[in-house]
Amino acid sequence: MQFFTGEGVMNRDFLRSVFHSMLRARILENKLSSLYKAGKIVGGVYLGRGQEAVSATLGTALIQGTDFFAPLIRDQAGRTAFGEPLIDCTRTYLGSVEGPMRGRDGNIHRGRPSMGVPAMISHLGAQVPVIAGMLFAKRLQGTLAGRVGATCIGDGATSTGAFHEGLNLAAVEKLPMVVVVGNNQFAYSTPNKRQFACDDLAEKARGYGVGGFSVDGTDLLACASVICEAVRRAREGHGPQLVVARLLRLSGHGEHDDGAYVPMELRAGHYGRDCIEVAMRQLVENHLATVEEILGWQDEFSDEVQRAVAQAQQEAVPDPYREDWSALSTRFPISCPLSPSPLQ
Amino acid sequence: MSVTYIDAIREAQEKLLREDSRVFLYGQDIATFGGAFKATKGLADQFPDRVFDAPISEDAMIGMAVGAAIEGMRPIVEMQFADFSSLAFNQIVNQAATHFYRTGVPIPITVRLPSGGTPGSGPFHSQSMEGIYAQYPGLVVLTPATVSDAYHMLIDGVALDDPVIFCEHKFLYRWLKAKSINGDHLPIGQARIIRPGKHATVVAYSAMVHEAVRAAERLQQDGWEIEVVDLRSVKPLDVDTILASVARTGRLLALGEAFPWGGVTAEVVSRVTEEGFHLLDAPPQRLNARDTPVPYHPKLWAAHRPTPESICEALRKLLTF
Repeated sequence: MQFFTGEGVMNRDFLRSVFHSMLRARILENKLSSLYKAGKIVGGVYLGRGQEAVSATLGTALIQGTDFFAPLIRDQAGRTAFGEPLIDCTRTYLGSVEGPMRGRDGNIHRGRPSMGVPAMISHLGAQVPVIAGMLFAKRLQGTLAGRVGATCIGDGATSTGAFHEGLNLAAVEKLPMVVVVGNNQFAYSTPNKRQFACDDLAEKARGYGVGGFSVDGTDLLACASVICEAVRRAREGHGPQLVVARLLRLSGHGEHDDGAYVPMELRAGHYGRDCIEVAMRQLVENHLATVEEILGWQDEFSDEVQRAVAQAQQEAVPDPYREDWSALSTRFPISCPLSPSPLQ
Repeated sequence: MSVTYIDAIREAQEKLLREDSRVFLYGQDIATFGGAFKATKGLADQFPDRVFDAPISEDAMIGMAVGAAIEGMRPIVEMQFADFSSLAFNQIVNQAATHFYRTGVPIPITVRLPSGGTPGSGPFHSQSMEGIYAQYPGLVVLTPATVSDAYHMLIDGVALDDPVIFCEHKFLYRWLKAKSINGDHLPIGQARIIRPGKHATVVAYSAMVHEAVRAAERLQQDGWEIEVVDLRSVKPLDVDTILASVARTGRLLALGEAFPWGGVTAEVVSRVTEEGFHLLDAPPQRLNARDTPVPYHPKLWAAHRPTPESICEALRKLLTF
């Protein structure tokens, strides 16, 4: 969906849709936090609080069933916007065998690769070349036109070799790719000044020969305008686009972390504002939604979250005695030599 | 008319490109230039839309291949040297190797590793990485020793739905010749008795198979009959064939060119000890490269890896225990 209509008017449906995903994600993540604190979730819980506007805008700007999206750890909102049902999240956090990872991987390490959503690994930047490869395959298959692949990373991931190699490769191939950097100013506890030395990470775009954008990640209208433009440019054949969204993580790295290292003046400053509150104000002031509607959505989404949690909690967890314990799809020994499949 | 080991690898890739539109080749200098070892010579001319030069980005090369495999392609990635695959280690062992177990979606990529030592190549163009990759769940690790295996195992490896680490030995590239590409075509995962014997078993793979055969020929002059098992694939490991051989001979030498700590030879010895201790008439032995980086000078290099002399010495000790 596009932010601006043909006449350059803000698209009401687009913004309402983005906001729905932001709100769904926030309510779901608040619940996950409670479950974690109650000891109901084994392993870490990683929230995207404060990054919903960026993430949901990207997920909404992408086309389900056509585009590819590799989310990272703070992309509950983007996943929801790109069509991931809430139950995929609760099942993965709670270890249900019905979930996409079947208890074999947990929390945010989930995806549905066959549906355009690869499952992240913990190694940062690693999904950048994977998205490039998915797009490259479509080029070889002659079905790339009109398609975009996107991935999200944080400020810390821009320091990795994987990010550099992946973005450079995508640029060399001029692939329709969008990399959105949520610069939340801290990689776990490490501040920007110990992570990189340039003024704005978007400056890096020029060196890679890709499009570059900076945006205030706490401002829904700004995110919608800039991210949609980046997606449009990629889709129209202008090669990879790098979007750097400045914001602040409004939680710890994970729920085990109180984020005490984030200075009070940053929390109290411009980027410390809550993008959901900003978005609500923008929707109401621009007559795109009423307060009553928003309150109604809160109730509706809270019910959805409750149902997703309750269902996942009732489902079976994996049984080590039934697990096949095979990391290969091929079952050895194989009795006769294989041959490649016939010409397609 | 003879076919070399590298001819076989080139021919296999040509056949795969011709017969399977899902296959594409990706690697450094492999398109117009034909690859550092010419394993893809002329293929970019024949298949200009499916043979691509990659930037010097080993990590991204494998990440890209994984993405392409998710979307239905069968990429073959050439690492210019096996040694450089350390730069792609993360994408191989964490992305490709975990993918099927985690998501149920297999990743049919083949990573070609020009492996092993040649005189003068030094510490960073000589390594044998098979043991490292075999240690990780989710990978198939192939180590062909013959021209025919180089051909058939590459074709069969690409047909597997799982990620394949294809360790091709650089020393064999031009030195090893056969009359034709066609040999006995065993399935992946099955070892071959390359030379029958009754006094001791040498389990080897890749270039060391040929050194083992040389050592066996020398010992034959003293009346010893040495059986040589070519593993062909180190993962899966054909323990049945190894145990059957040890049952006949009662003695085991596991031979490899990789560094000595752990690895394939240690795995072979531990499997035989675990499952066939009662078959052994002498303590099982291992012979590997030395525990230093692979040296540059040909005189040092020749003494760093196992040689027919050092293999004979190890076998004599084993035979007279």
